[in-house]
Amino acid sequence: MTELFGVPIQALFGQLMLGLVNGSFYAMLSLGLAVIFGLLGVVNFAHGAMYMLGAYVAWMGLDGIDVHGMHIQFNFWVALLVGPLVVGVVGVVVEKLLLKRLYKLDPLYGLLLTFGLALIVQGVFLQYYGSSGQSYDTPEALSGATNLGFMILPNYRGFVVAASLVICFGTWFLIERTRLGSLLRAGTENPALVQAFGVNVPLMVTLTYAGGAALAGLAGVLAAPVIQVTPLMGSNLIIVVFAVVVIGGMGSIIGSIVTGLVLGLVEGLTRVFYPEASNVVVFFIMAIVLMIRPAGLFGKEK
Amino acid sequence: MDWLGQGVDRAGKIAWIVALAILVVAPFVGVYPIFVAQALCFAIFAMSFNLLLGYTGLLSFGHAAFFGGAAYITAWLLQEKHLTPELAILAGVSAAAATGLVFGVIAIRRQGIYFAMVTLALAYMLSFFFLQASFTGGENGLQGIERGRLLGLVSLEGDLALYFFVLAVFVGVFLLVLRIVHSPYGQVLKAIRENEPRAISLGYNVDRYKLLAFVLSAALAGLGGSLKVLVLHLATLQDVRWEQSGEVILMTLLGGLGTFAGPVVGAFTVVGLQNYLSDRAGAWTTVIIGVIFVLCVVAFRKGFVGELLAWQKRRARKA
Repeated sequence: MTELFGVPIQALFGQLMLGLVNGSFYAMLSLGLAVIFGLLGVVNFAHGAMYMLGAYVAWMGLDGIDVHGMHIQFNFWVALLVGPLVVGVVGVVVEKLLLKRLYKLDPLYGLLLTFGLALIVQGVFLQYYGSSGQSYDTPEALSGATNLGFMILPNYRGFVVAASLVICFGTWFLIERTRLGSLLRAGTENPALVQAFGVNVPLMVTLTYAGGAALAGLAGVLAAPVIQVTPLMGSNLIIVVFAVVVIGGMGSIIGSIVTGLVLGLVEGLTRVFYPEASNVVVFFIMAIVLMIRPAGLFGKEK
Repeated sequence: MDWLGQGVDRAGKIAWIVALAILVVAPFVGVYPIFVAQALCFAIFAMSFNLLLGYTGLLSFGHAAFFGGAAYITAWLLQEKHLTPELAILAGVSAAAATGLVFGVIAIRRQGIYFAMVTLALAYMLSFFFLQASFTGGENGLQGIERGRLLGLVSLEGDLALYFFVLAVFVGVFLLVLRIVHSPYGQVLKAIRENEPRAISLGYNVDRYKLLAFVLSAALAGLGGSLKVLVLHLATLQDVRWEQSGEVILMTLLGGLGTFAGPVVGAFTVVGLQNYLSDRAGAWTTVIIGVIFVLCVVAFRKGFVGELLAWQKRRARKA
């Protein structure tokens, strides 16, 4: 077997691929956080809970749910639509009912509120499903693996990376290259002025939060087949994503995507060469970046 | 009524002395001393947190690292090295202060919301270390810790002796925080909270003030954690987790941010609520705590003591 730096090349690429998969989730989640933070000035602690919610919607869909005597069942492809939709609706309710009241206050209150929400959602799922994981079968069309010569690529993992790239760049395009996006960016700069031009800013804010939440839900659906679906899957991930956001800085969309993917790869590499540190390497990098460039790699010093 | 907020005027001194008298008498009139001692430990923890958020304006989302970290160190020294309790506590507090120095140096590079995220991430990293380190007992934590003899002389195994030891430490911490807040140093902290650029332009080395506040707060949080080991005989992963960091925020917020009595009131409320719910609500406890958190942020931001002070002020204006 071929080796590189004393590591079998198959294993190396396998871990890199796994890292890229994780990085895709970091990218999607930190992107959603950045979009929400940009317009609302809220750091959405509930982002992890929404990601978990998306995964559970997918799992329940496959398992079948009984609503008023009706048996509802849907597969992965439908879940890719239903998941983000459900989480997006939850986002609308949260914004309309709660977050709206906090915009004039210190942004810390938004963080605290969404923290409370995360506790509630996580607690309810723990109560009903316990802390053990549920597994979700890989959709038939994407099962199996492809031999690329230098590595064997499980098809689903390849799909996740490709899908997340499409989603991330789609979001980037929407915000940076469309009229809706330019309104969003203008709203970030000066909401009062945009409102004066006849744009319904409160609606825009609601939809932005719902959109960010839906992104997290979509990431959750995509994650369901690669990880164990548990009520705790979101809270553990969100803290890593916070570190990713601190490293990248929340100012730039491309920045969040690139930082997310690269840190996933770095984690994968660490798992090959020094597995003990793979859980904490992102935090080490965060500490180093803070010492050298406090505003983050893509952030602007204010 | 200013004593609730500031704790120094004449009426304030009387009120605090009455409160202390109640605490002294409590175990003799049927109040379970371990419950009060536990609440006092969390009150120390919440006071340390309030020193940072309430008086300096820094939201640390990783304070459990100091509380739980010190608890582990103290528990391990008591169990494995058979140190006397005061030495084990001292070691726990020192470890918390050292950790606070490292975290502080990194975290004060950013302000506001980023500061919160950085402290959360650093604390999470530390909880991984405690999960994997060999001396912490993994998921089980360290249990059955003996309290030992204070200075090698007085046994703390009796609940009453322990209670009065914890109460004495609490009073000491209370006076210390009072002294800090009302010192010239405390005034500078408040200036930083109100307007950081202005404090900088007045020539204060703001980062050094913040760092010292962070280390002091970490040390006091550690003291709360170390004492908790003596009270409950255990140190677990629960103490360092992010949920614990959230809980101390809730205590401070619910009681009244930036007030003197607030964290104490909040700690008693939350610990009392948890003890009450643990037999009755089981896993719903987290949900209920979450609901209180949300309600508190949306509609009750001043907390019990803050609302009371505001009410008092309104009444004084009318008269």
